[in-house]
Amino acid sequence: MNPLDLLTFARGSAMNWALMIFLAGIVLRLFEIVGLGRKHDLSRARTVTTGSGWRTVFMRSWPAAGMIKRDPVTYLAGYVFHIGLLIVVFCYAPHIDFIRSMTGLNWRGLPSTLVDAMALVSIIALLVLLAHRLTNPVKRLLSGFGDYLAWGLTLLPLLTGYLAFHHQLFEYTLMLSLHLFSVELLLVLLPFTKLFHSFTVFLSRWYNGEMAARKGVVS
Amino acid sequence: MKSPIKSDVLPGTVGEGLSARGVSRREFLAFCTSLTAMLALPPAMAGVMAEAISRARRQSVIWLSFQECTGCTESLTRSHAPTLENLIFDLISLDYHHTLQAASGEAAEHARIQSMKDNDGRYLLIVDGSIPMGNPGFSTIAGISNYDMLMETAKGAAAIVAVGTCAAYGGLPGASPNPTSAVSVGELIRDKPVINVPGCPPIPVVMTGVLAHFLTFGSIPELDAQGRPRSFYGETIHDRCYRRPFYDQGKFAQSFDDEAARHGWCLFKLGCKGPVTYNACATTKWNDGISFPIQSGHGCIGCSEPNFWDAGPLYSALSMPVSATSAMLEGAAAIGAAAGVAITWHNRKTKSAAKAAHETVTVQELIREDK
Repeated sequence: MNPLDLLTFARGSAMNWALMIFLAGIVLRLFEIVGLGRKHDLSRARTVTTGSGWRTVFMRSWPAAGMIKRDPVTYLAGYVFHIGLLIVVFCYAPHIDFIRSMTGLNWRGLPSTLVDAMALVSIIALLVLLAHRLTNPVKRLLSGFGDYLAWGLTLLPLLTGYLAFHHQLFEYTLMLSLHLFSVELLLVLLPFTKLFHSFTVFLSRWYNGEMAARKGVVS
Repeated sequence: MKSPIKSDVLPGTVGEGLSARGVSRREFLAFCTSLTAMLALPPAMAGVMAEAISRARRQSVIWLSFQECTGCTESLTRSHAPTLENLIFDLISLDYHHTLQAASGEAAEHARIQSMKDNDGRYLLIVDGSIPMGNPGFSTIAGISNYDMLMETAKGAAAIVAVGTCAAYGGLPGASPNPTSAVSVGELIRDKPVINVPGCPPIPVVMTGVLAHFLTFGSIPELDAQGRPRSFYGETIHDRCYRRPFYDQGKFAQSFDDEAARHGWCLFKLGCKGPVTYNACATTKWNDGISFPIQSGHGCIGCSEPNFWDAGPLYSALSMPVSATSAMLEGAAAIGAAAGVAITWHNRKTKSAAKAAHETVTVQELIREDK
């Protein structure tokens, strides 16, 4: 099998299966989580909860007062990584074309060189976060296999994409195939790992905001 | 004023032929210099190459055409008349070539057999077209199957050049569903050096470069993993494309006739396969260096890559899935929803069972017996 055949497989059958497992997994997990339900809260709400959930959805994107000073690495590298990843995934023209082919949605991308720089920044941020996770005793105790798996699954597409763009390690066609395989691995495992937070983040923030307000902590 | 290529040209050599056709030494040296550069050889080799080619006896070449469209021959013979490329091509001893030879029938086959006998171990075999391995009757010449003719002629060849994507990788005849079970030359010949010069058609100067290398050094040029001369196929079209700065800036044509296309922006979104195509089109160009497909406004279709016909739609961007359909994705979502409902039902059933099994405890039951 030559590199172009491998790429065709990565863009073809492998991608089809990855996308199907991804979609089925996402829908399944959302049904599962929402379908669990909660016991009806019979107690009277301590405060007026109107809008508390929605406010929490946005407010949690900013760090609580004093937290950046207490743990600058987690916060700053976390921001840099997440923003960088969003730019790389949603602002690189070939990625937009991928999404367009699936959804019909289209928008203007950013210059490739800028996205390239963001990819590098994101990779560095991920490495910093791993080093911090390994050296900070509290974070290390809190970390399990799922955390390192999520880290690896996220790093691989970034790293292979960066290497492919710069023609490093292997020739471009092979490297692009490896990039697609790493994305497919991410797609297949995302619904069943901690990475599923990308789909539940706003749902859980809303729920926490509402529940906290009922208990007297209005956001 | 043009001076003859060499005053002491040897009779029966390429030099004599070039001289007779009025090619000056200056012109020939300039040609050899550009060939040397394209073959990634040191500049000093230009003189050596000029000398070697001038003194070379006319190289015997047997050209076999199998499952092909004659586009490769057209490309090489009608590149841009009259160029030095096809002068050199004329000056080899083309002993057998269906399209170009005057002889036919028994006489034509006799010419091939005679050349094989006279130049045993020294002739160059050029093949265009793929070889059908299904029914031998799919393609025959003088009643001989393509496979038999290739194996018979390859025996005494010094080297074999597979010209065009069909001969190099199976090409269009070998594309799915491959009704003739077509294979490439390299899949059948394992005991001889096979140089792949793919392209649909290949660039004429690449062919000349391979011939020049063979005449100069008596060996084949350095090849890549796909059997292609590395000097011509070492870089992608995308890396050498004059539209590359637009790709870097994120400026893309969305259709073939929009404002962006008129501005000459990148054709990636229109399906250009330049990023995964290794060829020299963007540097040597076509028709005497006038243009190449991307310059003419159409994306690269990747014709020099193995199995490019089966590598997805020509007009889909390289980053797009090749065969995913919305029905496929909707089906997956429906399966996910059904599984989700089943899991929810199971979870709720577990909760209800736990609730039903729950036993209430009275205060009396909690009072210790010893009290």
